[in-house]
Amino acid sequence: MSATIITAGTVPGPAKDVQAARALGRRRHRVNLVVKVLCVVATIIGLLLLASILFTLLWRGATGLSLAVFTQTTKPPGSNGGLLNAIIGTLIQTGIGTLIGAPIGLMVGTYLAEYGRSSPLANAVRFVSDVLLSAPSILIGLFVYELMVQPFGGFSGIAGCIALAVLVIPIVVRTTEDMLQLISPSLREAAVALGAPKWTVIVHICYRTAKDGIVTGILLAVARIAGETAPLLFTSLGNLNWSISLSQPMASLPVTIYQYAGSAFDDWVQLAWVGALLITVGVLALNIVARFALRARS
Amino acid sequence: MSITMSAAQGSAGFGGMQARSAETINEPRIAIRNLDFFYGSNRALKGVNLDFPDKQVTGMIGPSGCGKSTLLRVLNRMYDLYPGQRATGEVMMDGENIIAPDMDLNALRARVGMVFQKPTPFPMTIYDNIAFGVKLHEKLSKSAMDERVEWSLSRGALWDEVKDRLNSSAMGLSGGQQQRLCIARTIAVRPDVILLDEPTSALDPISTLKIEELIDELKHDFTIVIVTHNMQQAARCADQVAFFYIGEMVEVSPAVQMFTAPRERRTQEYITGRFG
Repeated sequence: MSATIITAGTVPGPAKDVQAARALGRRRHRVNLVVKVLCVVATIIGLLLLASILFTLLWRGATGLSLAVFTQTTKPPGSNGGLLNAIIGTLIQTGIGTLIGAPIGLMVGTYLAEYGRSSPLANAVRFVSDVLLSAPSILIGLFVYELMVQPFGGFSGIAGCIALAVLVIPIVVRTTEDMLQLISPSLREAAVALGAPKWTVIVHICYRTAKDGIVTGILLAVARIAGETAPLLFTSLGNLNWSISLSQPMASLPVTIYQYAGSAFDDWVQLAWVGALLITVGVLALNIVARFALRARS
Repeated sequence: MSITMSAAQGSAGFGGMQARSAETINEPRIAIRNLDFFYGSNRALKGVNLDFPDKQVTGMIGPSGCGKSTLLRVLNRMYDLYPGQRATGEVMMDGENIIAPDMDLNALRARVGMVFQKPTPFPMTIYDNIAFGVKLHEKLSKSAMDERVEWSLSRGALWDEVKDRLNSSAMGLSGGQQQRLCIARTIAVRPDVILLDEPTSALDPISTLKIEELIDELKHDFTIVIVTHNMQQAARCADQVAFFYIGEMVEVSPAVQMFTAPRERRTQEYITGRFG
């Protein structure tokens, strides 16, 4: 009767091979080292590229910075123009684009997370929204061109706003839905258990809980559209003169950079660098503010 | 005083358990007849019959997955949130079948409040946490609301600890305080019935003791149903205890009898720790 009685000290299986264990340990060390070196090299390449872009931008952009950039409109080559109309145009179009796109995105994201969930309609909307998220932005520009520029007989600032709004929507949809889905079911249930109707739970509990994430999503969308060129080329076109009328072609920083950077005039090329620097600094500041606001709250 | 004693004795096991329940069981506030519950096609409750006596505490015990939490979620129709879950049978309260499809759920939930396993403070101030539920059902003036907030926090045994920081976030409270806030929030709506789903399982012993004392205090005004995994807690808090096993209500007895002379063999085996 050799009953399997396991006593302390007897471990089943062959005796421990100390040599093999050491060899295994050495091999793991080597593999670890190789992976580590590869990761570090990749990181350095990435950082170097980023640093060289930022450095060039700072170097070329900062040398052209002057008060005139912010007080003068774009002028013909050789007459010391600025970027005022482009700056204001970008602020207007980004602002209105966000004001139109963010609420729609918020509502769609809410529908997906709270009402539609995994219904066929919700799945279809989610799929289309994700496709839109990765669609080339020039397609959005062409779409709005067909929708608003051709029928109304001309390029206009409002067409630019709409094109940017279309870009905002899928970003806000995705972040809103993700953030709402992160809320624990027990928090919703707690509100429901007090007798709260669904819309109250969404507006007073869910939005409040997910506020930081939703705001971050909107800021990311703003950062994205502030630098978009392609959708504006077919819609607001750009305008070398001062104009804040939404029914007229409107200047913007990205389009101005696009036009100036490829020109043959040194002062225009210089202004293109300044514009690029302004956009970069603006977007960077927005990201930092978003992070700072988030950290201060949590 | 007696709670501390029974808490100490509770650890002595089955024989040392001291139930301090009422001598008599009151008239039912809620009466369940032939209740079946389904998660899709899975039958989680099988023909349950059970009365919850008015202004007394009913404890529901049983191993995990036996249906006691499911039953609790029937009483305020929480299952309605999830498609595919349904109940059949009768759950009578104040002459109405509360599982009828035409029931006004928000009004029902104002009458049947619920506190969850994990504290669920809303991300707002302590004051607003209490006011949130009240505003859903009543229009109160500022002073009436102040009064209600103080009243419910006092009933929730939290007023003295938070009266100087009503306008700070509820997320900054300790776990035990958050759970008492959730109880106060439920009381503020002035329900008739309070459902407690393992309300102390996430809390330390001191906070647990405070909640148990609170339950003892609250039963003068509310009908209380508590689901617990802790049999000492059931013995300490409940007037009547129901034992569930795989979707069936095996036995319901006054707490004293349940823990000293259970009628059913399965009940005896469970409360002496032979399974579950």
